[in-house]
Amino acid sequence: MKKKTADRSTAPEQEPTQSGVKSRFELPFHIVKRPHIAPWKKILIYAIALVGGMLLSSLICAVFSKNGKNPLDFFGQLFNGSFGTPRKSWLLFLETALLLGASIALIPAFKMKFWNLGGNGQILMGCLCAYSCSYWLGGKMPDGLLLLVMFATSVAAGILWALIPALFKAVFGTNETLFTLMMNYVAAGVVLYFRSAWIKNGSGQFPTLDHGILPSLDKYSAALTVFVFFVLTVLMFVYLRYSKHGYEISVVGESMNTAKYVGIDVKKVVIRTMILSGAIAGMVGFFLIARTGAGLSDTSPNNMGFTGIMTSWLAGFNPLLMFLSCFFIAFLTRGMTQVRTDFGFTNSSVANIVIGLIYFCVISCTFFVNYKIVFRGKSGEKTDLDRKLANQVRGVK
Amino acid sequence: MLVTFLIGAISLGTVLLYGCMGETLMEKSGHLNLGIPGIMCMGTAGGCLGIELYLKGLADPAAANWFLLILLSILFSILFSVSAGLIYGFLTVTLRCNQNITGLAITTFGSGLAQFVMDTYVTRKGFGAAGKLISRGFVNDPNANGVLRVFFSHGFFVYFAIILAVIFTFVLNRTRVGLHLRSVGENPATADADGVNVTAYKYGSILIGSAVAGFGGLFYIMDYLKGSWENASTIEAFGWLAIALVIFALWKPNYSIFGSILFGGLSIAAFVLKGSSTQKELLKLLPYIITVLVLVFTSIRKKRENQPPASLGLSYFREDR
Repeated sequence: MKKKTADRSTAPEQEPTQSGVKSRFELPFHIVKRPHIAPWKKILIYAIALVGGMLLSSLICAVFSKNGKNPLDFFGQLFNGSFGTPRKSWLLFLETALLLGASIALIPAFKMKFWNLGGNGQILMGCLCAYSCSYWLGGKMPDGLLLLVMFATSVAAGILWALIPALFKAVFGTNETLFTLMMNYVAAGVVLYFRSAWIKNGSGQFPTLDHGILPSLDKYSAALTVFVFFVLTVLMFVYLRYSKHGYEISVVGESMNTAKYVGIDVKKVVIRTMILSGAIAGMVGFFLIARTGAGLSDTSPNNMGFTGIMTSWLAGFNPLLMFLSCFFIAFLTRGMTQVRTDFGFTNSSVANIVIGLIYFCVISCTFFVNYKIVFRGKSGEKTDLDRKLANQVRGVK
Repeated sequence: MLVTFLIGAISLGTVLLYGCMGETLMEKSGHLNLGIPGIMCMGTAGGCLGIELYLKGLADPAAANWFLLILLSILFSILFSVSAGLIYGFLTVTLRCNQNITGLAITTFGSGLAQFVMDTYVTRKGFGAAGKLISRGFVNDPNANGVLRVFFSHGFFVYFAIILAVIFTFVLNRTRVGLHLRSVGENPATADADGVNVTAYKYGSILIGSAVAGFGGLFYIMDYLKGSWENASTIEAFGWLAIALVIFALWKPNYSIFGSILFGGLSIAAFVLKGSSTQKELLKLLPYIITVLVLVFTSIRKKRENQPPASLGLSYFREDR
């Protein structure tokens, strides 16, 4: 049906106005907007979508597998890849924590409908500052002080990268989606510039660091990062839910005009919230570098700025639910590396395909959360709408 | 040198032009599609797969027929990019899901699938020869007159893009179909009341737009790079630039011809100008910084005719009011 109508529009010689007038094929159902939905129904719908998406992915992986694996292996390897050894479990939690960091950086902005696609750039600037502080100042000052300097500059850089688009959005209403997106590429370019300016010999890559490395509490130096971002997530929940700032953010997000009329300074809220966003993104960058003293590259943020968008949206912009969504995405990413080797896929893009498929399933399930399909009753049978109308009429009488 | 630069600018600009035209068409129907990078990747993978299948059937890749090569690559490219567009369309038009989120998911999926197809099923045997054939223009002698070379040394896809841009401009501004499409993007409820089939127009523009955007990636691999392939992320970067170019061109396909050539020039400026490799890294930032400046200027000027379609990014549900 849909295909047919689409084709019609591609044929310009046909008079398009007729299509609305012609007696069309009637669908056996119609769509009604749900005013509200029971929580259990919502959870059920999301669960079905997730399970459906994973089943679909497992089937597809099994079909294209070079080693003749079956769909059940997919789930086995997914668990094996994420929980198989203590190291894998720690890495899974580390990945979850970093994703949480990226997501809580984005969430306040999203709540006020500010589409910050610049998470990657903000994180990368944090990485760059942390790295360059350690690169130039390492050994010249005590490590504790160095860590503080690294932290402060990363946060400042994250703020700067978020503040530029925020100021233009607040003052001129500049489109923030594309502005922040472009800032990603500018950040990557700045990193490449410094790489070319500083690293003159050898591999042409930033070396790993010797100074300014965070103390590691466990064998895989993951625990500190995990702790910090888990706590921050809870704090973000409290901030958004119970503080005046959080309230203002949600009013601005719901309706710009309402915010204006009740006397909220929208510009101030936009700028303040983006400063917060940038600060957390910068922090994520700091942890990426200072956790192990990793070398810097233009892809250091590992696309978390975009993944963070998906996880915070999946969680319905609720920081507590983000524990689930970030864990789930981290679980998929970690698990897919195992599935990949086991199923004989030579390249890493399979993970993207699977995650993309699951995104599609979850995104499309929002339709069933927001709308209801009502089947046209057989003649005589009454639909919900009919009954409602009938009740109203009775009430009037 | 100027001639080489101009040829390069027009050539690279064509990649952006395809992406930009596709996105413009979708935005005219009220759909901000952040999946363009993914759709361009899908189009690339499809087109290359088509060429691979064709070349496989030949004993000697050099004996490939120009017409069949173009036709097959276009058909397969459309097959792939339109299926990505169909997913986007179904999710955003029929299921009325969030357009930004759906677009980002399409980008993740599309670039992943393209990478997978290119690495697994496309051996690129004979692609060098095929690339040369596809990029063959009217004037192929490198010693010919500079002006002639700038205008006539390009392959089929460059002229095809410009013709498409002219057709799109005409259809959008001078025909009833274009009027209806614009009205759907501005105010779907009004268009609906006027008897315009909103769903059909949205699907139509999304599917045609996807097909056109997909050619961009195909052109980049087969014509600009003459058949070599690294990874999907380069094409993704072009996709994002193409989306920004839509704003630069003020939602007008005819402006986008010049905009894309300008952006193409900026992108290759780093390779043409003299300077140390460090300075060149800064030059590579130019297209992005210019885009930001353009965004800022258009937002400051706020001319009424230069605004995005009014219902851009919003889903249309007839019973809403």
